[in-house]
Amino acid sequence: MRVLAAMSGGVDSAVAAARAVEGGHEVVGVHLALSRQPATLRTGARGCCTVEDAHDARRAADVLGIPFYVWDLAERFEQDVVEDFVREYAAGRTPNPCVRCNERIKFSALLDKALALGFDAVCTGHYARVETGADGQRELHRAVDDRKDQSYVLGVLTQDQLARAVFPLGGSRKDYVRAEAARRGLALADKPDSHDICFIADGDTRRWLADRLGEQPGDVRDESGAVVGTHEGAYAFTVGQRKGLRIGRPAPDGRPRYVLDVQPVSRTVVVGPAESLDVDAMEADGARWCGSAPVGEVDVDVQVRAHGEAVPARAAVAGDVVRLALGEPLRGVAPGQAAVLYDGTRVLGSATVSATSRRRATRTAAGAPA
Amino acid sequence: MSVYLDHAATTPVLPAAIEAMAAELSVVGNPSSLHSAGRRARRVVEESREQLAAALGARPSEVVLTSGGTEADNLAVVGGYRARHAQDPRRRRVLVSAVEHHAVLDPAHWLAEHEGAEAVELPVDGRGRLDLAALRAELERDPGAVALVSVMWANNEVGTIQPVREVVELAHAHGVPVHTDAVQAAGHVPVDFAASGVDLMTVTGHKLGGPVGVGALLAGRGVGLSPVLHGGGQERQVRSGTLDAPAVRAFAVAAEHAVRTLAQEAPRVAGLRDHLVAGVLTEVPETVLLGDPDPAGRLPGNANVAFRGCEGDSLLYLLDAQGIEVSTGSACSAGVPQPSHVLTAMGVPERMSRGALRLTLGWTTDAADVDAVLAALPAAVERARGAGLVAGRTR
Repeated sequence: MRVLAAMSGGVDSAVAAARAVEGGHEVVGVHLALSRQPATLRTGARGCCTVEDAHDARRAADVLGIPFYVWDLAERFEQDVVEDFVREYAAGRTPNPCVRCNERIKFSALLDKALALGFDAVCTGHYARVETGADGQRELHRAVDDRKDQSYVLGVLTQDQLARAVFPLGGSRKDYVRAEAARRGLALADKPDSHDICFIADGDTRRWLADRLGEQPGDVRDESGAVVGTHEGAYAFTVGQRKGLRIGRPAPDGRPRYVLDVQPVSRTVVVGPAESLDVDAMEADGARWCGSAPVGEVDVDVQVRAHGEAVPARAAVAGDVVRLALGEPLRGVAPGQAAVLYDGTRVLGSATVSATSRRRATRTAAGAPA
Repeated sequence: MSVYLDHAATTPVLPAAIEAMAAELSVVGNPSSLHSAGRRARRVVEESREQLAAALGARPSEVVLTSGGTEADNLAVVGGYRARHAQDPRRRRVLVSAVEHHAVLDPAHWLAEHEGAEAVELPVDGRGRLDLAALRAELERDPGAVALVSVMWANNEVGTIQPVREVVELAHAHGVPVHTDAVQAAGHVPVDFAASGVDLMTVTGHKLGGPVGVGALLAGRGVGLSPVLHGGGQERQVRSGTLDAPAVRAFAVAAEHAVRTLAQEAPRVAGLRDHLVAGVLTEVPETVLLGDPDPAGRLPGNANVAFRGCEGDSLLYLLDAQGIEVSTGSACSAGVPQPSHVLTAMGVPERMSRGALRLTLGWTTDAADVDAVLAALPAAVERARGAGLVAGRTR
């Protein structure tokens, strides 16, 4: 196969490319330039889009003896990931930009370009496994290393995309991959993992959003509707958040308060006690299925965070809308998060949380109790 | 077998230059030393300086050896500005063409940011040729405020040859010195320092068959230069650093060879280039030649073609995979593509400049190279256009 290896400059994608080479494929390394004004380490960036990262990717490609190019996907990334991120926050939702990037950039813009240029597949350093089922369908499964498993951010991939995806690290543990990088003479073997949102160089999401959206002052209220504080922009709050609420008056019962709801239209942030965060059911839309769509009601496990636990749920599927009745409550689920459905280790698909309901009331992104 | 069509980036070193350099590398001697090894090295440097001066129409004493084109440009712009400004503090404007190499543009803007200068970028026309009326207007607005004019001899991306003679006439009428970056021109078109009338001229080794890492600023004796690199003062107290006798020797050998063979080599390369351009324009639909359509108005080895609907990086990859080495129309800073400031200044829309390829021919290029490109390009462009189409679509 002719394989395009997306190389971020990190350990994982370098080892993934190395394994693709070793697998006998004709491999070309490509670093995606996702920012027109790339930051450098000296300017305080710690994401994965710095000039130094492009350099590290190039050096890894040199060691592997494969051609290497930098491709400019900054415009598409800005439109499909960054603007989407801002729009979602402005609408009171909590998006996952890595999911968007996989869906729209790595396995869409990049994959399509690669296929058009004569490649057969795109290889990345994601920790996930693609297997062929008995029916010949491609199945996406959790990685062997459950602490590094990234199947959650890949749950949006369809059968077409999975058929063109190569994830050489799905069967390995991270510490083994690091050791392998060192053994292969890759200088980036001891480079730290990236955790932050790559396009927010200093990791300060709140300030980054404030720069883009400006001040939008509003009230912080408790569940009874009483005003308990003010804020400069509801977009800076995420359901489940405890820190940075700046509520002067303590709660009557003295217990910590959490963000329960973000209502962008009225610019209201609702806070309350931890137990009010518990969600028993939720609705998610825009479902994308890895294989054929489930019909009717099925038992699944659902995961709402990249590194969260999955909980059992009963899923009712109607078109691209999924209603989930949870077998045990999930704490702090925000509209905009991806709800990824699993059958054991196998990913069924991914949908975007649009509404959650608790014992007391249902809340939606629009803010009105439904 | 590879087909190398990126001679404007760097051209293969001439065998005679390699031989001269290797011979010199095997002998010890710092040209500044006073003993016989030093005197021998000094003699090599001075003979090379004389050879360089003769090839470029300058006096030996006007040759300030540097580490290359970027250093010479910085010395001309920063050193030239500081000397002129020190003589008269009113002189703070630096007039440069908008299509200069970054080695001229960036020091001009640096002076503006750090030393109170004003950097003025002069517009060019659609061919990339300087707007002389704009230069005249900027000079006449307040001649006493102009420290320096810098206009390149020929552009590195589109090959457009600038009206240097006219620039000199206009500037000298107001007593303003002129610098020209002749890195791409020297050895490729006739360049004569004295006859051109410029006060400062940048040349470099590796664009004319010499090694990378050596160049020169030709500086007329009437023009003041404030040093940028301080130290031993080896070059007229204007440039410090141990003289690199082997590289200087090879540079001189290459320059002498390039100039001596120019009358045969320039028309030969231009003929190949014309054949390439004509072939591309007929074989590949929706293709535009960027720069001066008149072959006499551009460097003999330069072709710059925009393929509508293509991304330059797709084409570069597809050709590279077949052993054909070309350059995209965009300048790269640390590998991250940026739209070309040259094409932007020429009014080329960004969509089109993204699909630009620069193919530059040189002394090793032959008809087989051109035929190989013409054979590979139509299919590569078609494929790249397919990739360009899907790039705009969302799954």
